This record gives sequence, C-alpha cells and structure tokens, in this order.
Amino acid sequence: MAMQDGVPPDMTIAPGGDVLENPRRRDYLNYAAVSVAAVGAGVVVLPLVNSMNPSADVLALSSTEIDVSAIEPGQAIKASFRKQPLFVRNLTAAEIAEADKVDASSLRDPQTLEDRTKEGKRNWLITMGVCTHLGCVPLGAGEGENRGPFGGYFCPCHGSAYDTAGRIRQGPAPTNLVVPEYEFTSDTVVVVG
Amino acid sequence: MSFPWAKHYEPKQPLMKWLDEKLPLPRFVYNAVGAGYPVPRNLNYFWNFGVLAGVALVCQIVTGIVLAMHFHSSAAGAFESVNVGIMRDVNAGWFLRFAHANGASMFLTVIYIHMFRGLYYGSYKAPREMVWLLGVVIFLLTMATAFMGYVLPWGQMSFWGAQVITGFFTAVPVVGEWVQVWLLGGYAPDDATLNRFFSLHYLLPFVILGAVILHIWALHIPGSGNPTGVEVKGEQDTVPFHPYYTAKDGFGVGVFMIVFSILIFYAPDYLGHADNYIAANPLSTPAHIVPEWYFWPFYAILRAFTADFIIAAKLWGVVAMFGSILILFFLPWLDKSPVRSASYRPMYRIAFWVLVVDVLILGYCGGSAATPGIVITSQLASAYYFAHFLIIVPIISRLEQPKPLPNSITEAVLAKKGGSQVTETALSA
Amino acid sequence: MLPLFIRSIKFLIGGAFVFVLGLALFGTVKTAITEPEPETAEHAMHKHPKDLKLASDGVFGKFDNAQLQRGFQVYKEVCAVCHSLNLVSFRELGQLGYSEAEVKKIAKDWATKQPVFDDKAGTWGERDNLPSDRFPKVYYAGTGTPPDLSLMAKARHNGGAYIYSLMTGYDEKPSAEALKKFPEFAKPAEGMAFNPYFANLNLSMPAPLTGEGQVTYADGTRATVDQMSKDVAAFLVWTAEPHAQSRKAAGFAVILFLLFATALAFGAYRTVWKGVKH
Repeated sequence: MAMQDGVPPDMTIAPGGDVLENPRRRDYLNYAAVSVAAVGAGVVVLPLVNSMNPSADVLALSSTEIDVSAIEPGQAIKASFRKQPLFVRNLTAAEIAEADKVDASSLRDPQTLEDRTKEGKRNWLITMGVCTHLGCVPLGAGEGENRGPFGGYFCPCHGSAYDTAGRIRQGPAPTNLVVPEYEFTSDTVVVVG
Repeated sequence: MSFPWAKHYEPKQPLMKWLDEKLPLPRFVYNAVGAGYPVPRNLNYFWNFGVLAGVALVCQIVTGIVLAMHFHSSAAGAFESVNVGIMRDVNAGWFLRFAHANGASMFLTVIYIHMFRGLYYGSYKAPREMVWLLGVVIFLLTMATAFMGYVLPWGQMSFWGAQVITGFFTAVPVVGEWVQVWLLGGYAPDDATLNRFFSLHYLLPFVILGAVILHIWALHIPGSGNPTGVEVKGEQDTVPFHPYYTAKDGFGVGVFMIVFSILIFYAPDYLGHADNYIAANPLSTPAHIVPEWYFWPFYAILRAFTADFIIAAKLWGVVAMFGSILILFFLPWLDKSPVRSASYRPMYRIAFWVLVVDVLILGYCGGSAATPGIVITSQLASAYYFAHFLIIVPIISRLEQPKPLPNSITEAVLAKKGGSQVTETALSA
Repeated sequence: MLPLFIRSIKFLIGGAFVFVLGLALFGTVKTAITEPEPETAEHAMHKHPKDLKLASDGVFGKFDNAQLQRGFQVYKEVCAVCHSLNLVSFRELGQLGYSEAEVKKIAKDWATKQPVFDDKAGTWGERDNLPSDRFPKVYYAGTGTPPDLSLMAKARHNGGAYIYSLMTGYDEKPSAEALKKFPEFAKPAEGMAFNPYFANLNLSMPAPLTGEGQVTYADGTRATVDQMSKDVAAFLVWTAEPHAQSRKAAGFAVILFLLFATALAFGAYRTVWKGVKH
C-alpha cells in the first residue's frame, strides 16, 4: 500500500493515521481471544449434543420384570425390554439336546447353550428379538410361526436362521441373538436389565 | 455498492481460487462483514446491537431446533413435555429451555435498543429508508414469532394469551368472529391452534433470517451510518469492518453473553410469569393476565382506548395498537429534516428523550393491573406516542434550527479527541 | 406539490388518535371521580408472603437434603392425601439422599396405586408403583381435585415463602379495622377457612398442619407447625426445579469463563484499534 511508504519495516500506519510499532506483537492477544471464544463455542455444543442422548425417563425404564410361570416347554413369549422385543423361550429337552449336539467351535459366533443361559435354568433361553443383521424381529416366538431350518428363530427380512440356542447358523447375520443381562429373582420371575 | 477504496478479495491458495471461481461465497462474506466493507471509524457502542441481534437470532434458532426434538405439540402433552420432559428428564433440557425463553427477551431487548439507536441517529432517513423498512418487518415477524412461542408450553398464560390475542380480531366488524375461529381452528385454543402455532413458530425464524439478509444487503448499498450523520467523504473516514469492527463486536458479544447467562442461570423465571407454571385450564382465567414484557407498551396502548367514537372502543384499541407499529413504516417521510443525527438537532433530541420515557411509562402501564390511575397514565402516554410521530416530529423537522455539522467524520473525530493535525496531513499526503 | 389534504393527512390521523384518547381520558377521569372504585377486601386484608430463608437460596445455594427428606415426610403423611405430585417421578427422590432400595420401597408402599388398563378384560386395575413411575394422581371426591403440587413453588409468586406463609397463616385473623369495613369476614363461609396469604382470602382447605408432633421426624427434629411448614416449603421448592442446584453451579463456571473471555476480547479490541482515533 502506497501510504505506508517511508515507514520503517516493523511499523505500520493505522487507518486513523497513527504510526504503530511492530503490529505482530499485538497479534498474540487476538489469537488468545479467538481461541478462547472457539473453546467457549465448543463447550456450548456439548449440552446441545448431550440433550439428544436418552433422557432420564428413558433410562429409568431400563429394567423389566417378567413372570415366566405361564410358559410351557416348547413355547415362547414376546416381551418388551427397552422398547425392543425380548424373546423368552422355555426349551424342551429335545431342543436342549439338539443345541448341545453342535460343535460350538464350528459356528460363526462360537458359543454353547451353557454360555447363553443361567446355571440350573438351562431351559430358559432369553434373548433380544432383534436380528443381528439389520434389526428386524425374527419369527419363531409366536405360536405357529416359522422357526426356520434350525428350529430356533428365522428372520424373514434377509433369511437369517437361528438354532434352538439362538445362535446364527445360516444367512447374513454376523452374530448370535444378543442375550441381555438378567437374573431370576424367584423360580418364576426374571428381571431383565 | 462499495467505496472505491474498499479492499478487494484476492484468494491466494489454489483451493480458494478454485472456490472463488465456482461459488464466490468467501468473497461475498469478505465484502459483507469482512475487510472488504469500509465502515465509518466513529461508530459508538450502540452500533454493536445489529450484530448482537444476529447473534441472538442464531441462539434462538439453535436452541429452538434442539427443543423441538423434545416437544410434544398437543394440548394434552405440551405442558408435560416442557415441564417434565425438557425441564427434568432431558439431559441439559433445563438449560435449553431457559436459554430459549430468556433468549427471546434478550433478542427483543437488543432489537429495541437497535431501533432507538436508529431513531436517535436518524438511521431511517435517505438513503437508508429500505434498511429501516426491512427492520420494521423483522420487528413485526419477531413479535409474531415470540407470541406463538409463548403459547407452546401450554400454561395458563399461553392459553389465555392465545385466546386474548386472537380475540383482537373479533373487533373487526362483520368478519371478526369468523377470523378468530379461523385463526384458532376452533372455538377456543386447542390442538389445532397449538399445532399451527408450532408449525409457524418453527417457520418464521427462517423468514426472519431471510429478512435479515435483505436488511444487511440494503445496508451495504449506502454503507453504514454513523453518530454524526455526515456521510463518508473519503478513505480517511472509514476502517475495514474486519478486523476493526469484528474485534469490537467480539467484545460486545462477550458482554451480551454475560447478561444472558445471568438471566439463564440466576434469574430464569424473573421475566416470565408464575401462572405459566400452571397447566392451561380453559375454564378458569388467571386473575391478572399480561403479555410478556416486550409487548407491554403496545398492550398499554390497546387498553388506553376506552371510549366509543364512530367505531367501538375495542376496534380503536386494536387499530391503535397495530397502528403504533405501522407508523414506523412512514417515519422516513414524516421526518423531513435533512440532518440525521439528533446530536445536531436540539429540538428533536428533546422529543426523542421524551419518547423514550414515554415508551417506558407505557411499558410500566402495560404490565400493571388496569386501575384508573394506570389507565389515565396510559391514555396520556399513548397520546404522546402518536403525537410524537404524526405531529411533533413533522413540525420539528420544519421549525428546527440544526447545529452546524462537521465537514467530515474525520474532522468530528479529531475535534472530539483533540487529535493532532499532523497525522491528518500525513495521511492525506 | 402534493395537495394540502395529502400533506396534512399525518396531522389528521395523529389528531384523531389524540382526540379519541382525550375522550377516553375524560371518561376515565369522570368515572374515577363520580364512581370511585370501592376498596376491595383483597386490598384491605391480603398479605405478601413472610420471609423464608432456605439453604437453596442465593448464588451458591445448595439443597439441604435432611430438610428435603423431612419435607417429603410431611408431604407424604399430610399433603399426599389430597394433593398429587404428578410431574415428579419416584426415582427423583434418589437426589434427596435415599438409596435405590429405599426409593423402591417408598414407591412400592405408596398409598395411591398406579392405574393400569387391562387390555384383555377392558377394565382398569392398579399395581404397586415402581421407581420409574411418576407419583400417581390423587382424585379427591367432594369439592373437586385439589391442585397438583409439583410446580406449586414456581406457580405462585415467591412460591417457597408463599407455601410457608399459607401453612402458618391460618391463625391470622382479619384486623378489627378491616372487619368494620367487611363484616362478612367475621365468620368464614361454610366449609371455608380464612387465610390472608391466599389470593381470595378464603380457601376450602382447612389448616393442614395443626399441631406439634403431627409427624414424627426420623432425625429427631422438633416437628413444630413452623418447622413442618418450612420443611414442606423447601421440599416443594425442590420438586419445582430439582436441577436448580446444578443450574447455579453451572452458571458460576460459565460466568467466570465469560468474564475471562470478555476481558480478552476487550484487550483484543483495544489492540486492534490502538492508535486509530474514533
């Protein structure tokens, strides 16, 4: 700029006409102010993002009590846990035997029935009713539904088939049906979550 | 338009050059609020409030979008979704709600100061009439948005506010009753009302945003005004917006945020009304209903008209209340004085300060119960309000003998600061 | 040159507004003189709430959990018979220092049960409350359902002090001077009680806290009427905004940060403008 001619190299002229010393020195304060403002803006985003996490009332519904006394061997019910379907199935002796027959190490997601049930309650198979492929609800819990080629559950969306231990045996699903945390508070009452 | 000495945007990196060719958005920003916009060097702190209004608008839009994710727009669920869902259960929900509710007050406060700044310094005069007109449009849209937002929590004041404000329209002869039913979508505020208000409350801020862009565009044609009201004569009168006014606005935003935070964290209900913590009850009206504080002056004008004359008192009140804002659209043509700034207009300056006090009195009256004393005061204050714009200002603008104006902004600055003529000559050399 | 009419239209409109306001003013003044509004009983007898100091007041206010638990006990044993707390969930009691098991027990033992609709039978039944439930609504047969207390401390001006004053205000009778003007207040209407802190002066709720020892505090605090009133007021201040304490704490940090950031911004502003006369 022409109007700065004749000014020493570490000086500059402000638009008001004053000669300023080394304009670089004053930059630090500006950098500090801008950085602090950026930090502030960043911190303000946190509550906005956090507000989209599950709220306290949703988290409070995280455990469900189920009375299993009415489920006969071979039958299953669909319950609801965290607004998702939950399968509670009373396995028959034949179904347990069939699950045990399989060599776990040969499976896509190697687990035994033992791993997936509570000790002394091996007949109670409690899993999420959510296909691990893309989240459809598999068939097999309701009366007369198609249980698929392995006698467990069958997902109609993309053909994933689960066996009597809820393990993935065929189709695109990558893992077994998820077993949620639960415990039997009595012989007939199970608390999930 | 820009001044011939405005700096030009010159992208240096290849990416910025490429972007400038394909979509010159950075150039646009540079010329709008960057180094490419020369601004008078003598702006005082009252010129911060335009940017602050923009900041307040952005705060409202951001908090509003997140709040809308948690709000249930139904007469049965709205009160609970606000007072249980948002206020208790949603993470940081109380912060969002208080920030949004008090943000409306901050927004209107800033707008009022911005408008009075315009009234004092004659910012509405040629060549900036369009800036002023768009500003009044923004003010109207903001009031509509604020009113509809206040209805959403569906408390007692929300409900009765909706009832009373839509009731204004019943003052219109013949079609009035039908208009109110149409506005409410029923015979009283209910689901239909709440849903349409929610829809419009979400829409209008974006309309305001569009109007703000036009407002800034219109401003950039003549360039910003200044406290002397003397137009820019040359480069020595201006500084580039960035970094000079961005730095000053940064400080202004800091002060704004401090005041805002004190409201949110320590007085979140101070500007609200206790009755809005009671769920809407269509069968019982609160004893003392008042709108939010920013409507008080207009509410006082509405209530001041208690006499029938040719048309019913109620219609006078409604016409006067809307008229008190619509007058502002005509202000550029009501004030014919060629001098902009009240600093050089001794008579107008007195009238301006009387108007400020008058509006404050109207505000006080609008927020108080309508006792005879308050009604009498509102009647006198309303009369001054109309007289100011329609009679006093037009007459003053003819009679007044303005003080001598400085030759230029720079001369005024140097006279004020007693600055040396040496730098001045150095600069012009 | 515009015709004179167009040029003077502003004066005509302005004059019209001023004229009509003048008419209205004349009417108001005339009415005020010829028919002065009689003094109302509310004006003569209504009192502003007494002072109430709570631990949660002020910038650094913190809830006093012991007091809140006492207040909850008063609510549970006295108020809950008629007034619900429907916007509050049992789980929130955890914030008062109750353990998870205690909250569970409070919910389970709560006298009013949670209504449930039986889809198959098509009838309403009830079940015990769970911590995740909100306090059930109370329906009070007779004079209509008394107001919910969840937000009472915010729904009245100076709510905490108002509740405390209302609870302790039943003993205050109208002054002899006021009674001379409004003799009907000598004896409250059937089923009503006089209370100078209530907006209408007469309310259908008889004094709920009547004598010392009405509740037995677990922490051994003497349960005077004044103490119980303070405690229940403190509890309802908490129910109205359980997050008030974290709000104030967050505010302190935010404002400190903003003061620092604004000071820096001011420094940056002054250095940018250094030497520029304006």
